[in-house]
Amino acid sequence: MQDDPVMRVIAKVLIPSVMLFALYVQFHGDYGPGGGFQAGVIFAAAFILNATIFGLNRGRHAWPARANLLAICLGVLLYGGTGVATMLLGENFLNYNALSDDPIAGQHLGILLVELGVGITVAAVMVSLFFTFAGRLTHIRLMRKTDTAEPDTAQQEGLGNE
Amino acid sequence: MSGFVVNAVLIFFLVLIAFLALRLHRLFAMVMLSGAFSLVAAALFVVLDAVDVAFTEAAVGAGISTVLALATLSLVPVEEKPHKVAIIPAFIALTTGVLLALAVTDLPKFGAADAPIHNYVAPDFISGSENDIGVPNVVTSVLASYRGYDTLGETVVIFTAAIAVLLIIGGWTRDRRRVSKQAEDDHAG
Repeated sequence: MQDDPVMRVIAKVLIPSVMLFALYVQFHGDYGPGGGFQAGVIFAAAFILNATIFGLNRGRHAWPARANLLAICLGVLLYGGTGVATMLLGENFLNYNALSDDPIAGQHLGILLVELGVGITVAAVMVSLFFTFAGRLTHIRLMRKTDTAEPDTAQQEGLGNE
Repeated sequence: MSGFVVNAVLIFFLVLIAFLALRLHRLFAMVMLSGAFSLVAAALFVVLDAVDVAFTEAAVGAGISTVLALATLSLVPVEEKPHKVAIIPAFIALTTGVLLALAVTDLPKFGAADAPIHNYVAPDFISGSENDIGVPNVVTSVLASYRGYDTLGETVVIFTAAIAVLLIIGGWTRDRRRVSKQAEDDHAG
């Protein structure tokens, strides 16, 4: 699809709007429908659209694998960390009242943090799942190539059911 | 009345899509139909006033799942393998379906105020949300605060799923180092 100018132009217009909408869903979840999970999925959709239109390599360039792994862990840590923080402040695990002098403000802050954690993890997981499945074909082809090049070290188990 | 018509049309399409997906053998068409199924289901959730669930169903079921299934299709043949009807599994599935359909008659009426689900913690959550949490969207206050521990569990489930996929086919093995070295050699050569 990389040579289709219509697709490229529409993708270039859509991708920033999709990302902006994801941020809106993320931070507006307290007031309207939405929240971290939906926002994460929509944010990931922007990167997946980028990769389907402009090719997997350019898509990977926009979302490096190393940053991806960090983001997957960071989201869960942010969520769990909020719970640990409330415990250190003398309340129950994930009781956000402790986060501020005003319980309502504490609840708002806590919900913001855990929703952000959910959003980061979900977005990173969805993008990495897509890249893993979509990149599998290239991976298999390269494996076959190296297998024929070095028959001594070839490991056949992974390719048994192809 | 108009609500009944909308529901009837949506459920008709839901059943139609399900039967079409059963009849077809081309995997690409099946993936597209499952996306359409999710979209109709999302519309049904909107009719039921469950906008948050509808949002998730549209984004995940109709969006990401379809894309992931398409990415997987590049690895498998385009046609489903022909197979005979397996009698015992078909019998078990049909019996379970009939039993579930019979069980539906025992459920409380849809939207009934005296249904058990509306008389346990739900009234506390709905009436207390404004004072306890101060967030207008009750779904968010239940999801992130009242039931924050469950949502932490869900996030960990997603995390675990991604780690499992990456470990199995993400190439965190000796093969990947071999493959990336090969790719570098190809690039240089």
